[in-house]
Amino acid sequence: MALRHADPTSPPRALDGAALRADFPVFERPTRSGKRLAFLDSAASSLKPRSVIEAIGDTYGHHYANVHRGIYELSEDATHRYEGARRKVARFIGAGSWREVVFVRNATEAINLVAFSWGRANLGPGDVLLSTEMEHHANLVPWQQLAAETGATLEFVAITDDGRLDLDDLRARLARGPKLLAVAHVSNALGTINPVAEITRLAHEAGALVALDAAQSVPHLPVDVRALGVDFLALSGHKMLGPSGIGALWARRELLDAMPPFLTGGSMISRVTLEATEWNETPWKFEAGTPAIAEAVGLGAAIDYLEALGMDAVRAHERELFVEAWAALAGIPGLRRLGPDDPDQHGGVISFVLDGVHPHDVATVFDAEGVAVRAGHHCAQPLMIRYDLPATTRASFYVYNDREDVERLVAAVHATRRLFHPA
Amino acid sequence: MDNLYRDFILEHYREPHNKGVLDPHDLHFADSNPTCGDELSMTLQLDADGSHVADVAFDGRGCAISQASASILTDELRGMTLDELRAIDPGEVLGNLGVPIGPARLKCALLSWKVLQGAVRGDRTAWPEEAEALG
Repeated sequence: MALRHADPTSPPRALDGAALRADFPVFERPTRSGKRLAFLDSAASSLKPRSVIEAIGDTYGHHYANVHRGIYELSEDATHRYEGARRKVARFIGAGSWREVVFVRNATEAINLVAFSWGRANLGPGDVLLSTEMEHHANLVPWQQLAAETGATLEFVAITDDGRLDLDDLRARLARGPKLLAVAHVSNALGTINPVAEITRLAHEAGALVALDAAQSVPHLPVDVRALGVDFLALSGHKMLGPSGIGALWARRELLDAMPPFLTGGSMISRVTLEATEWNETPWKFEAGTPAIAEAVGLGAAIDYLEALGMDAVRAHERELFVEAWAALAGIPGLRRLGPDDPDQHGGVISFVLDGVHPHDVATVFDAEGVAVRAGHHCAQPLMIRYDLPATTRASFYVYNDREDVERLVAAVHATRRLFHPA
Repeated sequence: MDNLYRDFILEHYREPHNKGVLDPHDLHFADSNPTCGDELSMTLQLDADGSHVADVAFDGRGCAISQASASILTDELRGMTLDELRAIDPGEVLGNLGVPIGPARLKCALLSWKVLQGAVRGDRTAWPEEAEALG
């Protein structure tokens, strides 16, 4: 590792993105452009450092057996590592107990777990669910389904033209007494950082629980579930330097204890007869079948990596890149940036449209320049409808990016304009 | 790159042929590209005995590849029979673009073909298998 943040009480040290790239083997791969890969699509999925890749290989190579079952050394070792990863996740997000962390495949599954388990036990006809216009489909479709099945109604908090939640609209809708507010911490399509602590206070005053889609925040800024006050939190490992196939649901212990299981089968039981089954304790009650053991260990290694950098430093680094890119893109004719101007309300994600050039074409020209960005609706089609856009191009930053990547981004925009709008 | 966005493609994108909606029309279909949400519709007028294409138009917004592909494809259709429309091979549509289409852009290039097949068959048509892999 190129940098360590030794003393957590000192101000965050600036990250050196170029130096950190040495930790990520994928940068050794040549691109078809012949240029160094400028990877600006971490909001879709992040790259993986060597330490994570090695942790997965080492688990399969030397520490692998099924967990929670075998009365032998190897299974004890695997169980120890798997449960150790759970403790790392709990510590990383400020959970009161590791028992509040349920391993799932990804944030999507975490949200579905809440919708199926908590939702079906707690919602009925006439109840109100509240979400927002800026959600990823993962934090929208499960609630739509839940509303359709239970007879509850689903409402959406409006957003402003610059991509912030309309807090007056939120207050008005909370007055209708929704049972749950499902909201993103950071918008994947706009980059907006929502004021979650304030939103949660308002929701709780109105008697609503808060389910936070933290897929875009936990990887990029310090997140403390107790400081935020939320009731449920969903995260994906693959967006935070960890492997795909592993994520977590965090929820307050009393909520998890009261919730019925989601998937049923092996491992999540304490006693089974042909007639009836007693559930295992929280969190294993929610982990049916053999879990993603090596992936959980890999996620633990990713957390080790991020903690060594320091999440304050990660956030400061991305904020700096955002400020620089936001200003550089502002001067380009025909380019419209989405989301708030204020860097305190905007994470390391920049969504933009270029007059007369479809985002797919933008991304293809970028690819030829060795710049990887996302083009499309970002799994947020209602948001695209809100802004009357078919799609946007999105550049997103992470620890391995630096000013050179911002320059590459701006140069790629100019290359696109030259091709489509020749002088 | 300059390969993919040759002047030929960009000209069709900037000034597409057969753009609009025919009213009245005998056949109509709309479909979308799930990767980007782009929608494309096509309207066709048949000749008096309903056997040949008299006129055709497409509408919708999309990327340079999908718009150029629709523009080029619709240029070819007048005078063709419905059986001939059904028999149009997606590989031929790609070939007519005259530029190499990478796997990530196959759906952009074949959306117009898919909409045309939908119009002729009166039902949504599956993507060709090669376009599914990376769509």
